[in-house]
Amino acid sequence: MSGSQEKLKPSSSELDLDRPNIEDYLPSGASIQEPHGKLRLSDVLDISPILTEAAGAIVDDSFTRCFKSNPPEPWNWNVYLFPLWCFGVVFRYLILFPARAIVLTIGWIIFLSCFIPVHFLLEGNDALRKKLERVLVELICSFFVASWTGVVKYHGPRPSMRPKQVFVANHTSMIDFIILEQMTAFAVIMQKHPGWVGLLQSTILESVGCIWFNRSEAKDREIVAKKLRDHSQGADNNPLLIFPEGTCVNNQYSVMFKKGAFELGCTVCPIAIKYNKIFVDAFWNSRKQSFTIHLLQLMTSWAVVCDVWYLEPQNLRPGETPIEFAERVRDIISVRAGLKKVPWDGYLKYSLPSPKHRERKQQSFAESVLRRLEEK
Amino acid sequence: MGNSSSMLTQYDIEEVQNRCQKLFSQQEIVSLYERFFQLDLNAKGFISADKLLSVPEFAMNPLSQRLLKMDGLNFKDFVAFLSAFSAKASVQQKIKLIFKVYDSDGNGKVSFNDILEVLRNLSGSFISDNQREKVLTQLLKEAGYSKDSYLTLDDFIKVLGSSGLKMEVEVPVD
Repeated sequence: MSGSQEKLKPSSSELDLDRPNIEDYLPSGASIQEPHGKLRLSDVLDISPILTEAAGAIVDDSFTRCFKSNPPEPWNWNVYLFPLWCFGVVFRYLILFPARAIVLTIGWIIFLSCFIPVHFLLEGNDALRKKLERVLVELICSFFVASWTGVVKYHGPRPSMRPKQVFVANHTSMIDFIILEQMTAFAVIMQKHPGWVGLLQSTILESVGCIWFNRSEAKDREIVAKKLRDHSQGADNNPLLIFPEGTCVNNQYSVMFKKGAFELGCTVCPIAIKYNKIFVDAFWNSRKQSFTIHLLQLMTSWAVVCDVWYLEPQNLRPGETPIEFAERVRDIISVRAGLKKVPWDGYLKYSLPSPKHRERKQQSFAESVLRRLEEK
Repeated sequence: MGNSSSMLTQYDIEEVQNRCQKLFSQQEIVSLYERFFQLDLNAKGFISADKLLSVPEFAMNPLSQRLLKMDGLNFKDFVAFLSAFSAKASVQQKIKLIFKVYDSDGNGKVSFNDILEVLRNLSGSFISDNQREKVLTQLLKEAGYSKDSYLTLDDFIKVLGSSGLKMEVEVPVD
């Protein structure tokens, strides 16, 4: 997922079969008043409302805003501050970064020298092996967090291992997973990545029960849904962590939650994550930089400061659909983390919107024309 | 104008302002420049249709395909197009833009088929082709035109000038 300009094609999966009405969220100033009276030529030639909507989208749209990086404001703009900033840069790159790299390397050495023996020698003793691997994964995640001088404040009750319980969180970068994982060894559902990340995924993360999906495959959804259901029922599986947005968003907005996590018949425990932008912009813009560069950027910043809130577990209310449930939980998380909600599906980053929305607009126009034809 | 730097000089801004008849303030032009760069990901100096289509709000618009024929817009054209949506633009300037959207071949004349095509974009499959033709023929007759007339900009001004056209978009200025 590095910055390539792939041609967008209309999505083949049912991206938005059943979702709340987008029109409720979009600015609809021009289309509020329903035109009345006999139809005249001017009504048909006057395309100003639709043109206005198009121009509005060209000038500014909430979808693009979700994925805009927000680098901290440069403050080194005068003769006194500039040397200070230079000193800061030198310190960060020549002292902090090597120290952190060393810490991380030590962490990996410790981890691998424990993990590999445990993994192979305890092949028969599953329960013990799982327990030890869990502790080791939490350990290496702590080393990662230390390597960015991560200052994480956890609020709320720590997750415990219980069946029929899933955790959902808003998504800003892959480091969300590491930050949560250092506290509790979750089984995460993630996109399979290429490169060294993929290698880590298929070896170490498999041991905690992580599940992979592939965005570009239409049938994938059902397979993954089944895996999720099976995992959540199991009593001694690690608690399941899902990022229902399906993609990284810039920690100022939240996009629509996919309903998959909300129709498993489990209790949903929301987790809200908010990064403090003064120290670093933690948003991983996967189209602009690879994960390696993103990590290096974090390791040469002063610190990664964030808050994690474990919020009140939620259940499906009687008469509530999974989509309404998902929206309700999104509300809870967005309020806690100070995120603005937008009505877009995160997958629109990768494919065009379905023609349904355009058709809805066309239908309302057509009905208005036909109706007014009848009027005298 | 530099194509990779995001710094516009005073000269650049004034040049663009003149091109769009001073309908945008300097601040608005700077904002539009930033937006232009979001839409011109490869820094080629003009907007590509693909990038515009990746904005879901735009892709959903029934007229998006027709507007995409403006593929290859450089920044000055971009601002000129959007200037019709400024609050300071006159009704005539707005009608001129509407006319341009209808007159896809740019020959100054809008034919029956041109209007039919736009109607098709707006109503999709919810009105049959036959019905569309019938409705349009009748409306044209009532307004004093025939199916074979060609409408010019003046005709558009006559028909739309009195209908209290509202076509305004605010440029967000940080």
